[in-house]
Amino acid sequence: MIKVFLVDDHHFFLSGLRAELGAEFEIVGEAGEVDAAVDGIRRTRPDVVLLDVHLPGGGGRAVLEAVRRTDQEIRFLALSVSDAAEDVIGVIRAGARGYVTKTISPPDLAAAIRRVQGGDAVFSPRLAGFVLDAFHGDLTGVADPELDQLTAREREVLRHIARGFTYKEVARRLHLSVKTVETHVSSVLRKLQLSSRHELTRWASDRRLV
Amino acid sequence: MAVVTAPCHHGREAPIHPAEASPTATQVPQRPATSAAIVRSRTNRVLLGVAGGLGERLGVDPVLVRVAFAVLALAGGAGLVLYLLAWAFSVEPDTEGAVRRPVRRPSPRQALALGMVVLGTLLLLRELGVWFGDQIVWPVALAAAGSAVIWARGDDRARWLPGNPIEALFTGRVGLIRILVGGLLVFSGLGLGFANTGPNLAAAGDALLGVAVTLIGLGLIFGPWATRLANQLAEERRGRIRSEARAEMAAHLHDSVLHTLALIQRADASPEVIGLARRQERELRAWLYRAPVPPEGRLRPAVEEIATRVEQRHNVPVDIVVVGDAPLDDAGRALVDACQEAAFNAARHSGAPLVSVYVEVEPDELTGFVRDEGKGFDPDQVPTDRRGIADSIRGRIRRHGGSVTIISSPGEGTEVQLRLPRGQG
Repeated sequence: MIKVFLVDDHHFFLSGLRAELGAEFEIVGEAGEVDAAVDGIRRTRPDVVLLDVHLPGGGGRAVLEAVRRTDQEIRFLALSVSDAAEDVIGVIRAGARGYVTKTISPPDLAAAIRRVQGGDAVFSPRLAGFVLDAFHGDLTGVADPELDQLTAREREVLRHIARGFTYKEVARRLHLSVKTVETHVSSVLRKLQLSSRHELTRWASDRRLV
Repeated sequence: MAVVTAPCHHGREAPIHPAEASPTATQVPQRPATSAAIVRSRTNRVLLGVAGGLGERLGVDPVLVRVAFAVLALAGGAGLVLYLLAWAFSVEPDTEGAVRRPVRRPSPRQALALGMVVLGTLLLLRELGVWFGDQIVWPVALAAAGSAVIWARGDDRARWLPGNPIEALFTGRVGLIRILVGGLLVFSGLGLGFANTGPNLAAAGDALLGVAVTLIGLGLIFGPWATRLANQLAEERRGRIRSEARAEMAAHLHDSVLHTLALIQRADASPEVIGLARRQERELRAWLYRAPVPPEGRLRPAVEEIATRVEQRHNVPVDIVVVGDAPLDDAGRALVDACQEAAFNAARHSGAPLVSVYVEVEPDELTGFVRDEGKGFDPDQVPTDRRGIADSIRGRIRRHGGSVTIISSPGEGTEVQLRLPRGQG
């Protein structure tokens, strides 16, 4: 059974998650703030951490950065009520392998956890849209074209995800195997995390106009 | 799955009003036009706010109104009487937090008219003998006019903007001319004044006289700047407090209210309740994350509004993803309208729990995709009398040189694909 650790400071939400996921996954622990989460994750060594983006004590990013310094193999799926570009791009660049909003249905969430556990990336339509938007435009001043540009195929896969197709449907429509679609999405994730595109961060913070 | 450019089955369409106002658009509360009374200014006041209110009403800079009162005060105290009368016939603004009324832009013509009225009144009062004497009134009027020329805000918009008023003053040719003319008036007024009273002050040395003239002149030139700077600082502090309060409230709402709304949407609530929670979430999010003033005439917000309209009318959630942005030209408007029609149609007929709308701005074209996973249809089986929606979407897009493809088959859902060349029509 996949071991899951829950990090969220909203108790109602936490107990809801526990009830939904308890049958399919082994919930090895939960925490409501950054330090407790880092300790608990290191101690219980889960396969997947479901991570709230907004947390007292530094936010989900702080948990990601602390844990990934010591344990690279623990995978993170960010779960948030926010779909602000800054939050989404922020946790992905800190190392999360996917991002879903808290309105996701329980079966979809279970599928996303399995996907992340299997080493794949989970892109919601909105995240795909953000990535297309962020990698949009000219490439002046880009250091590494390999990392700072999406291939035509990757772009096409992302467009289909942004249009609301599941990986399986994308595969069927583009005449690819599901495995190939997953490979493309993982490669986009890697670019998103490693790209030196300086506009990426600025673009994300520009989108948050509070 | 069949790819067709044939009509779809969805039958007749109720007219759609794409131009109807968004319910989330913030309405600026318009204060009912106050009748004849002058509303004293709360934000722009030195004594009682009378000059500020009068200036706003007449469309001249309050500085000018103040100068006018001051000059008239010399005519046997007439200005003072007028000021008190104006105060008696004016009313206080209703509430502290009231939205500031759009202030009429001061125009040079109105300022000139005010100057003429003051001059006329002065001459009239002089004839009537209500007068402190030519030696005092004319020099002071001259100097005051000079100060007003420098400090009254005219038609040049730049000086309305926040920033260092001194800097703004010296930029531009108009500013320089103002300073020269104003300075000349100030010092000639002062010079005239001291020349007239000179014999009486014979005891005082010439040097002392010079210093006094210079000090008063500088006071007239820089005094208004100091008060304006103080006003500006106070305004900035108020603004900062407002935005801090807003950020704090946003953080709180974000955390608690959005969570509650998310919980409701995941719970086994009725579709109506879930729809309500979803709409509330969208509105709150728009308020939290959008620019204080939503940019007018951009494609992105126009597409995002489709979700609100469809959810309101059919209680079917709509996922919107927009990549890139562009000014909302005719082609963009056509795309938004066509996407909206397709989304309405999907929400009404497909039976799908979710409609996805995707719009991308590419260098040479706009693309739009409206998709549902509903019951779909066989495009070959659509009777010709039920092709309304497809024709109306196709008509809109074709008029702008674009193309429409509808992909559907029974049980497979429907996708409407729209392509429009950019920069036409």
